[in-house]
Amino acid sequence: MYSFEPNEEQQMLIDAVNKYAENDLRASAHENEENKELPKKLINKGWEIGLLQASIPESYGGFGERNAATNVLALEEMAYGDLAGTLAVLTPSLFATPILLAGSEEQKKNYLPKIIAGEWSPYTAALIEMSFDFDPNALKTTAEINQDEITLKGEKAFVPYAKEAHEILVYANLNGVTQGFIVPEDSVGLSISEEREKLMGLNALPMYRVKLDDVKIPVANRLGGASGHDFELILASLRLGSASAALGVAKSSFEYAKNYAKEREAFGVKIAQKQAVAFMLAEMRTEIEAMRLLTWEAAWKLDNNKEDICVAAYLAHTGAVDMVMMVTDRGVQIYGGHGYIRENPVELLMRNGRGFAMLLGLAIV
Amino acid sequence: MTIEFEAPKPIANQQVMLKTVAENMMRPISREFDENEHDIPWSYVEFMHMAMKAAGGGGGLTVTEKPQEGDEKRPPIGYQKLATQIEMLAWGDVGMYLITPGGGLGAAAVAAAGTPEQKEKFLTRFNSDIPTYAAMCMTEPGAGSDTSAIRTRAVLDEKTNEWVINGEKIFVTGGDKSFTEYEKLGKGFIVVWASIDPTAGRAGMRAFVVESGTAGVKINKLEKKMGIRVSDTAAISLVDVRVPFENMLGSATVEKNNTGFRGAMATFDATRPLVAASGLGVARAALEFLKEKLEENGVKIHYGLPRQKLSNIEREVIDMEIMLKSAWLMTLKAVWMADNKKSNALESSMSKVKAGDVTTKITQKAVEILGPIGYSREFLLEKWMRDAKITDIYEGTGQINRLVVARQILGYSGKELR
Repeated sequence: MYSFEPNEEQQMLIDAVNKYAENDLRASAHENEENKELPKKLINKGWEIGLLQASIPESYGGFGERNAATNVLALEEMAYGDLAGTLAVLTPSLFATPILLAGSEEQKKNYLPKIIAGEWSPYTAALIEMSFDFDPNALKTTAEINQDEITLKGEKAFVPYAKEAHEILVYANLNGVTQGFIVPEDSVGLSISEEREKLMGLNALPMYRVKLDDVKIPVANRLGGASGHDFELILASLRLGSASAALGVAKSSFEYAKNYAKEREAFGVKIAQKQAVAFMLAEMRTEIEAMRLLTWEAAWKLDNNKEDICVAAYLAHTGAVDMVMMVTDRGVQIYGGHGYIRENPVELLMRNGRGFAMLLGLAIV
Repeated sequence: MTIEFEAPKPIANQQVMLKTVAENMMRPISREFDENEHDIPWSYVEFMHMAMKAAGGGGGLTVTEKPQEGDEKRPPIGYQKLATQIEMLAWGDVGMYLITPGGGLGAAAVAAAGTPEQKEKFLTRFNSDIPTYAAMCMTEPGAGSDTSAIRTRAVLDEKTNEWVINGEKIFVTGGDKSFTEYEKLGKGFIVVWASIDPTAGRAGMRAFVVESGTAGVKINKLEKKMGIRVSDTAAISLVDVRVPFENMLGSATVEKNNTGFRGAMATFDATRPLVAASGLGVARAALEFLKEKLEENGVKIHYGLPRQKLSNIEREVIDMEIMLKSAWLMTLKAVWMADNKKSNALESSMSKVKAGDVTTKITQKAVEILGPIGYSREFLLEKWMRDAKITDIYEGTGQINRLVVARQILGYSGKELR
């Protein structure tokens, strides 16, 4: 069957996330960005909704089963509130979800219960590298296996909460294939930059440069154990995470612009009554819908092990990257001069919107 | 409800069959009937009529759905079936899809605004043994998207109890096959929109069934078009055309809530995603052809690479796939809503906006990328580009549909957002 409506359970979750997004994230997004800080209380409140917890089976301390479609819906809704806050709330997922998907039994038992027990705690992952042709399938950080030991070499960028993280899932190139490696915080040769990353947007989210200088870890710390894992499905999940968050950011900008256009007057009418503005809004709404459905379909494919899931996730992500830039740019444009002023919300959304082109690896479904 | 993207079995099965029709009955004669404008491809017309009749779908390509019983009970999928049928036939040849025998928009108007007696009288003919057509006459030289500007008048002659219609209609899709009496076709009709009270604007608009061969109706010309040349587009004049009183659809009193006109507009909500589907069939044909030619020439598309590492052609093809897939999902959603009796005015118009954009862009880009191969009439690609353009024009131009989308999302009336 074809069907285009979240089920009851999903709708309840969306409503819960929406409340948090609207009342907590959206209300504080500007202040957090300007202060370059996300209050722990805010993060914990989002954590308590239990998105990750609901993705993890009871046997590992959770209370559900991972469903990519559900996570796509929730992630869009949360990112509608604020991107930095959403990425912070879900940073532990960057570590836990790949373990859930590809980890060895031992790794699942060892990490999953302690990550989701109690309050939000810093576990993170490092994928991005500081180069113009960054490609998750051709990483410059390398891994070498020497009997029981793995040596990691390279530098990772934009790693959220790296400074306080207990463990970092580092992606590196092992003989041409991307693999994940669990690196404990006290590893010799691991260094985290003193300074936070300074980016065009997302300033509330603490992100760091992570250096790996011949970091040695046991073979058992390779994701999936000694035999490793398939990176493709993790990558697809990362792409869909990014695409869903892009939908939320776009929706936020669209809603702000729509409401503003209905209030702002020019030449005796609301500017929304001018076709030039009305058509922009119509196209924004249409593109959001287009990429939303593409993302939903890819998530459904992920949940149902469809053959072409990797291409589907790639297309959804690629499309969402363009869509969110177009929509958030127009959000600023519709506000006119006021859109350029940081007191108004749309300029941050545009700065964050551009980020999706290079921030693959910061959200996962 | 849930989120699901698995084609239901009846749709999956139907697509296999229709693909064979598209490949064997349509594609081989596509070029011939593009070059010989206004010739009728009887092989296709007669085959389709027979096939649809055998499948129990009298009345042409319409929503046909048998009631579900017992274990097989599931939500209706009639519109979804229709949209996927149309997409596949348009993939074969969109012009030829348009002349698939049946009641088309004319019958749709009767179905939307007619009384049970009228439905009985006018719609049963499509089940006969020979192909039969009906068409809708809405557009006039001075009234396109603004249908309230229609000038055609209908006046009641109380002595004879007949309506007397005068006016001029253009862009009547299928007008010739519906009105002209062909030996191989059954007796069709045209549905003419006219005003019974010009001071009342939309409230005065009514639809009249005019049987083929009625005196005073003249087909002035068949338009020569950029594309969809196999589909006849008629210009029709009506001079003192007399039709029986009961050929007017709906009620004769001029009320504020004109159900007749609203019926016609509701027809558009239902048909917009279908037009979107027809355009997307053409777009898919063009994209498949492009990919095939690229592959023949050793160009590989590297899915999964970051943008910075893709060649320009790869980027174009990937963007085209994103456009096509997402537009198709929007179309599916709009018809799924129609099947589930959800109001879909927004989704229906959005799907048409998107399909109009996507269909023109993909076909135009494909011609550009393939250069001489794209431009040559040796291949069908150039034809598909010409055929595709109509998607962004008929059933409401891209601009009109943007207006509808904007009014929906802003909660504005036609007065608030003109």
